[in-house]
Amino acid sequence: MKAWIAFWNILLKDIRAYYLKPPNISWGFLFPLVWIAMFFIRSGLGLESLPNLLPGLVALSILFGTTSVLSVTVTFEKKGRSFERLLLAPISLELLMLAKTAGAILFGAANAFVPILIASFLTDLSATNWTILAPAVFLIAISSTFLGLFIAVSVKEVFEAQTFSNFFRFPMIFLCGLFFPVEQIPTWLRPVSYVLPLTYGADILHASIHQAGRMPLTLDFAVLAAFCIVLFAVSLRNIRRKWIV
Amino acid sequence: MAKHNKIIEVEGLAKSFAETKAVNDISFSVESGELFGFLGPNGAGKTTTINMLTGLARADSGFMRIAGVDCTANPKAAQHLIGVVPDESNLYPELTGFQNLCFCAALYGMRKAERKARARELLDTFALADAANRKFAGYSRGMKRKLTIAAAIIHKPQILFLDEPTTGIDVTGARQIRQMIADLHQAGTTVFLTTHYIEEAERLCGRVAFIVAGRIIRIDTVANLIQPVKERHVMLLSVSNLTADIKDKLASAFPRADFSPIPGGQVRIESAEPVRVGPLVRFLEDNGVDVAEARKVRPSLEEVFVQITGIEAAAMKQEREKAKTGGGA
Repeated sequence: MKAWIAFWNILLKDIRAYYLKPPNISWGFLFPLVWIAMFFIRSGLGLESLPNLLPGLVALSILFGTTSVLSVTVTFEKKGRSFERLLLAPISLELLMLAKTAGAILFGAANAFVPILIASFLTDLSATNWTILAPAVFLIAISSTFLGLFIAVSVKEVFEAQTFSNFFRFPMIFLCGLFFPVEQIPTWLRPVSYVLPLTYGADILHASIHQAGRMPLTLDFAVLAAFCIVLFAVSLRNIRRKWIV
Repeated sequence: MAKHNKIIEVEGLAKSFAETKAVNDISFSVESGELFGFLGPNGAGKTTTINMLTGLARADSGFMRIAGVDCTANPKAAQHLIGVVPDESNLYPELTGFQNLCFCAALYGMRKAERKARARELLDTFALADAANRKFAGYSRGMKRKLTIAAAIIHKPQILFLDEPTTGIDVTGARQIRQMIADLHQAGTTVFLTTHYIEEAERLCGRVAFIVAGRIIRIDTVANLIQPVKERHVMLLSVSNLTADIKDKLASAFPRADFSPIPGGQVRIESAEPVRVGPLVRFLEDNGVDVAEARKVRPSLEEVFVQITGIEAAAMKQEREKAKTGGGA
C-alpha cells in the first residue's frame, strides 16, 4: 500500500509539473496535427481519405506525446539531482520507473484520441474496430514511452535527449508504414522497418481504422508487447549500471 | 532500539572509479543515537561512503549493515530507516516548500492527512511557514538547505545522513542549521555528518573519523582526540622584522619550548609547561623583533587534524568553498 501511495504521487506530480504544460501540449498534439494537415493538403484528396491518414495522426500523436517530455524530464531530474530523491525512496526501481513513465503513457494515449475525436466529426468512422484500436493505442503508448525512457537513460544532457529522440522519431515516421506501406520501402531498408516498434503499431492502426493491416494482428500485438518488455528491462539495467554506480 | 547498539556497521568497504580508489577498505561503526562525524578534505571519499550506505552507489567490496539489515546486496532494504541530506539541495524547483515536503512524505508511503500535518509541523519548526507557498526555486540558499533537511526527516528516520550541510551557507544560516542538527540528535536521531569544517565537527560530534584519500586514518571521540593537545600549551605571536636565525636563538634561550615560525609573520610556541609571555617578548624585542600580539591557542580538533593528516584546515575549507561556487573541480 505504501509503495502505491508513492507510485500515485510520483505520477500526479509529473502530470502536474510536466505533462499539462504548454511545451508538451504543443509537441505532443499540435506538431502531429500540423504534420498531417500538411500531408492532407499536399495530397489534394477529400475528407473521405481521412481514415487513411488517421492511423498516421494517431501514431504521431502518441509518439510525440510520450517521448517529447519523458526523455527530457528524466534527464533534467537526473542532472538536477532530484532523481536521487526518488532513488532513495523505499520503493523498488521497477515500480519507481513505472510511476515515472505512467504519466507519459496516459498522456500519449489521451493524445491519440484527440485526432480520433476530431475525425469523428469530419468523416465516417463506423468501420473502426474499437476493441482492437483501444488496446493498440495503449500498447503503442507504452512502447513509445519506454523508448523515451531508453533514450533518457542513454544520455547525460537535456539537449542530447532531444537530439537522440529525433534520431529515433523521424526515421520511424517514414519507415514504419504509416504513410506508405513497408513493401514500398527499398528492400535494403526494409529490415530496419521491422525492428521498429511503430511498424507493428501502425499495422494495427491501419487494420482497426480502415481494415488495411498487412500482418496478423496477433503477431503485431506480440511484437509490440515484446518491445515494451525489452525496452523497459534494458532501461532498468542501464539505470542500475549507470546511475547507481 | 536500545542505546549503544550498532546502528551502522561497515567492514572493509571499498569503491573505485576507474583507476582512483575513492574509498579504500574502510571499517567503522556508529552507535544508535550517536552524532558521528566524517571529516576530511574534498575528494577524501566522504560522499562516496554516504552514497554506498544509502543505496546511491554500489560497493566494490565490503559489508554494510544498517539497523541490523544487511544492505550490501540489497541497498533498498534499509531505505525506509534513513533520511539523506545531500551536499546540494535537490528538491523540486517548480514545487512550493509545502508541496515538496508533502511529495517527499508520499515517497515514504505517508497518507495525505498525515503528510500535510507533518509538513506544516516541519515548516513551523524550521521557521519556513511564511515561505510555505513559495516555489523552492525562489528560496535563498539557507532556506533551501533547511527545507532539504526538513524533507530528509519528514518520515522520522532513525538515521540521518548529512553531507556537508552548512557549506556555502551564511554564518546565521549555518548556526541555525547546526542548532537543528543538535536538536535532532537530542531527540534521539542517529546523525552521520560529513563535513570539512573541523570546528563544526568539534562542536557537534561525539565521535569523528578522519578520512583522507579514501582511508580512515583515525577514529575516536572528540574528547580523546583533543586530550594530547590539551596537555600542551600553545601560544601564537604576531611579529615583524623576523630574522632567519631567530628560531635557533629562541631554542637556546628557552630550551623547554618548541618554536616554529609561520609564514605571514607569526611564531608558534609549544610547551609542556605554561609559556611565560614577558621574558619571551623581551627576548624577541632585544633581538630586534617587534611583537604586535600574543595569544594563547585553545586546544582544538583542528590542531589534532593538522597533526595527524598534515592537511591545513584553512586550505581544506577554501578548496571546498571554491568547488561549491564553481571555482574549482
